[in-house]
Amino acid sequence: MSLTLEQVKRIAHLARIETSDAEALSTQGHLNGIFQLIEQMQAVDTSGIEPMAHAQDLGQRLRDDAVSEADRRAAYQSVAPETEAGLYLVPKVIE
Amino acid sequence: MIHASLKELSQALAAKKISSVELSTLFLDRIERLNPDLNAFVTVDREKSLAMARAADARIAAGTAGPLTGIPVAQKDIFCAEGWTTTCGSKMLANFVSPYDATVIRKMHAEAGLVSLGKTNMDEFAMGSSNETSYFGPVKNPWDRARVPGGSSGGSAAAVAARLAPAATGTDTGGSIRQPAALCNLTGLKPTYGVVSRYGMIAFASSLDQGGPMAASAEDCALLLNTMVGFDERDSTSLDRPAEDYARDLDKPLNGLRIGLPKEFFGEGCDAEVMAAVRAAIAEYEKLGATCVEVSLPNSHLSVPAYYVIAPAEASSNLSRFDGVRYGYRAPEYGNLDDMYMKSRAQGFGAEVKRRILIGTYVLSHGYYDAYYLQAQRIRRLIANDFVEAFKQCDVIIGPTSPSTAFKLGEKAADPVQMYLSDIYTIAVNLAGLPGMSIPCGFAGGLPVGLQLIGNYFAENQLLNVAHRYQQATDWHARRPEAIA
Repeated sequence: MSLTLEQVKRIAHLARIETSDAEALSTQGHLNGIFQLIEQMQAVDTSGIEPMAHAQDLGQRLRDDAVSEADRRAAYQSVAPETEAGLYLVPKVIE
Repeated sequence: MIHASLKELSQALAAKKISSVELSTLFLDRIERLNPDLNAFVTVDREKSLAMARAADARIAAGTAGPLTGIPVAQKDIFCAEGWTTTCGSKMLANFVSPYDATVIRKMHAEAGLVSLGKTNMDEFAMGSSNETSYFGPVKNPWDRARVPGGSSGGSAAAVAARLAPAATGTDTGGSIRQPAALCNLTGLKPTYGVVSRYGMIAFASSLDQGGPMAASAEDCALLLNTMVGFDERDSTSLDRPAEDYARDLDKPLNGLRIGLPKEFFGEGCDAEVMAAVRAAIAEYEKLGATCVEVSLPNSHLSVPAYYVIAPAEASSNLSRFDGVRYGYRAPEYGNLDDMYMKSRAQGFGAEVKRRILIGTYVLSHGYYDAYYLQAQRIRRLIANDFVEAFKQCDVIIGPTSPSTAFKLGEKAADPVQMYLSDIYTIAVNLAGLPGMSIPCGFAGGLPVGLQLIGNYFAENQLLNVAHRYQQATDWHARRPEAIA
């Protein structure tokens, strides 16, 4: 398998990482090297093997639907690039 | 005092031979003098550290101190610490002052009374094996400053090796505690997945990430681990288990210990001098009463390929939170919202992090999920099953930690695949979720060699015992780089 330049650009767009043509080209070389390594997996017959997502066989814990945390909005928003009146500011989405 | 063990420091503090403020000042002064060259710390805050030291001294005076109260340690900069800049080695978080403590930090500060000396350098978002992907520049190996300290916990490793701190925290997703421990002549432990809380530990690959101690000996690691573990309701994969004292079994004799030697770890691909040191360590274990049996991990050669699907897949999801909205870097100029995301992420992440996000995005994308992500998860099962089979024949598995000693700065930086292969012996342990250690076992060409010990699930006590007995019989772990006095 080998990724085309167009595929690299499309993946970069899906990942929301702006990528110039020159960057895409060097990234393409690196990614194809890495996928060559990854391709070793394809030779293995894994039919009937249960996929392992996790090291521990755990259920999702539930908790009571009750307030458990103090209000620390001001502290958490103090690290945001731009806020106003308790809201995160981003460029206008709806005209 | 700078070479003292945690136990010795604890006794000196309890006997009032030294105060925590004096001890912390000693190490802060060393950091000030030696860190500009080593670059092991990215953040030091003398006033904050000394305030913690004064509080520790008050606890000692009041008789409410724990065993490690007042002992200074270094924290990998992946752990959020309230009021401390927490960068994760990235431009993305270069100005992020954490508004909260990671559970590990809270336990070490509030419960154990340890003093944090600062935050240590690391590969960006823990993605690397040499510490060269850090936005804050590479760390130098105290044993040879032209060489890497390993990664991703390279700053923690260099800090302890150069005695800028008595011990440090690290995290290990594919070898990031064990490999730098090996390359810097330290003892490092990656616990069983779920033993140490991940809350506030900036996520790389959530099903693999695990925090642990890095120190000069197994005994130091045991004492530090005691302060880090415990069930945490804020971590959905934290395990609720009875409290342990990890120093409990250190002195147990090793008579009858069955050591498994995986034939795949003793074949081609490992430096001959490294292998000679590993074999000498195995002979030492036989003298201590252990017996060896050959075991097989037939799918271990697939661990690097499977890891480079699973870890990037999880990373691409975890790192989607860095979008320039709630915290972290935002590009200075942008058009619409999408453009803000694209530019903030392009400018905030370094090359290796971007590569892994792209791999992860691809293997999770429509049409490729089954061939890559599911296939990798099935191989993960095969790798974990190999260990289940092997542990039917042995108590602990031993082999090299890293196929080579510390390599030169820049040597592998241009070739990601070569860099990835330096974790060939450590990654399978993370995929299976097992505990693993690296301990010093000799030198090759003047550089430290690490011996890897792999235990069954929750066998931390046994691993520490196996490591400690070896360290009672040898002095490799007590060797220090010449240039650090």
